[in-house]
Amino acid sequence: MTRAARAVPAEPARPPATAAARSPSGEPTEELRIDTSVARRIIGEFIRGQLRQAGFERALVGLSGGIDSSLVAYLVSEAVGPERLLCLLMPYRTSDPASRADAEDVVGRLGCESLVVDISPMVDAYFADPDRAQASPVQRGNFMARTRMAVLYDHSVWWAGLVVGTGNKTETLIGYTTIYGDNASAFNPIGDLYKTQVRQMAVDIGVPERIIAKAPSADLWPGQTDEEEGGFRYAEIDRLLYWMIDKRRTDEDLVAMGFAAELVARVGRMVATSEYKRQVPPIAKIGPRTAGVDYLYPRRRPGSARR
Amino acid sequence: MEPLRIALAQIAPRLGDLEANLARHHELLAEARTAGAGLVVFPELGLTGYLLQDLAAEVAMRRDDRRIAALAAETKGLSAVVGFVEESPDHRIFIAAALLEDGELRHVHRKVFLPTYGLFDERRFFAAGTEVRAVDSRLGVRLGLAVCEDFWHLAVPQLLALDRAHVLVNISSSPGRDVAAMNEVGLGTATSWRTMMRTYAQLTTTFVVFCNRVGVEESITFWGGSEVIAPSGETRFSAPLHDEGLFLVDVDLGELRRERIALPLLRDERPETVLRQLERIVHERAGFPGDSSRDGRSRSAESVCRAGARRTAARRPATRTRASR
Repeated sequence: MTRAARAVPAEPARPPATAAARSPSGEPTEELRIDTSVARRIIGEFIRGQLRQAGFERALVGLSGGIDSSLVAYLVSEAVGPERLLCLLMPYRTSDPASRADAEDVVGRLGCESLVVDISPMVDAYFADPDRAQASPVQRGNFMARTRMAVLYDHSVWWAGLVVGTGNKTETLIGYTTIYGDNASAFNPIGDLYKTQVRQMAVDIGVPERIIAKAPSADLWPGQTDEEEGGFRYAEIDRLLYWMIDKRRTDEDLVAMGFAAELVARVGRMVATSEYKRQVPPIAKIGPRTAGVDYLYPRRRPGSARR
Repeated sequence: MEPLRIALAQIAPRLGDLEANLARHHELLAEARTAGAGLVVFPELGLTGYLLQDLAAEVAMRRDDRRIAALAAETKGLSAVVGFVEESPDHRIFIAAALLEDGELRHVHRKVFLPTYGLFDERRFFAAGTEVRAVDSRLGVRLGLAVCEDFWHLAVPQLLALDRAHVLVNISSSPGRDVAAMNEVGLGTATSWRTMMRTYAQLTTTFVVFCNRVGVEESITFWGGSEVIAPSGETRFSAPLHDEGLFLVDVDLGELRRERIALPLLRDERPETVLRQLERIVHERAGFPGDSSRDGRSRSAESVCRAGARRTAARRPATRTRASR
């Protein structure tokens, strides 16, 4: 793959190369490097806390064989034990067979429960209707993501577990996600980690190297890769988002820092136009107390746990 | 001098579950007593949990609440600092720290500074306290209580030290964030707190006792890392990050005298100068011209404001003209 050979942009002095340095989009730049032991501890507490407070002991993850869901499977296993994790593999007939093999590799290494649910019959039945034959790849991709969500939530009942989210901070901020599809979950342990930080964590926790090294892809159609479809490189966009969002730099500041003006503008638009994907839908205010407006309770409180 | 044994109850309160948290406090008080502790410190809102939102009113207790009295009853021969939601007789709701000693509620500090920015929304749900004062303790030292954000304002440790506190006790529910590798112990929040506590201990030549909770509520994880810092600014104890536990620390109160004689910063404080300059600054920040400290008299802030209000009233027409341009 040509991308693997592409040089990482020039950056200030960095620590000795790690395994992550060989990954296609590079390791996190200096300002994005996290203390993985602290992050693992916080995420472990978070996963255990979310389950306990909801009255659940088990969790399930839609495992694609990509780095995000693989990392989440590792983190959940570490937090509560692999016997409490169900990984659902939900391939479509055009999915890359290598994705499935990678997912099975993760399941085998973790020793967690797994099930395969082929979503092809469900998806194909819907698009078999002649009225939908002209559906675009994006429409089909969204439908697949939402079908996987429906399958996950259906299995959550049988498994008596909570659905764990696998969206990372980069895709959440730029809106590279299907609303009520892959972004649906009971809680998300990696939603505040940029893609390059996900990589750093994946290396640290021992996700198979092949999964870390391959080009990130939603695998919604053959040959799709995030970076090609989005027209960005994660190493660059993560750094841009960090300074734009976390460090509140203005567009002028960002350009002065060396980011291309065109990229700054484009990423700014992506963030702004996807704001709705990150928020609970507004409710028309009619009564004296309205959920989310002036009826404000933590989602877990005495009496709210399932048991 | 007999060392003071401090027990830091670095616990994970259950959100909104007053009964469970009260039971845990009773349990740990007994454990601390058995371990020979003289001072037991629980975290901010240890009796209620932190992210209460509209639950705040439902878990609020009056100072004369029988549950507070029952907890105080467990403190015969002990001093304990506990965090709770206080409802005043006029139904304001405060984040509060209570000093319980020898079976009684001895003192309540109401959190003065309520962070309402970033991930915090305290001012929406709570009233702000207005008093910063140290209190004599059965331990033979004066204690200065503060709650979390109170320590992010320089005046609080300064006022407590000037009010003759020997030991500053900060109880916190500090959410961990900024997990950057470049930060000390990997957590930006911990780096900031550690810096502050060492600075305050040294500048006020007091012991600083910090008890921060652990556990998870919604998106946030509280990082623990409770500490005891000596008047020299040296660390006497650092609890692990994120681990729940009752941690015992022995401190030699004799250090206080030695440090204050070697480094008489408190002796050299100039509170009169501070007050005079503060009056001027308060006056100017309120937008009133002139320097009220020039006449050499120390006027109260209230009289300064009244005088200022008269002056503003006289000028109002001119202001309006400017605004309409």
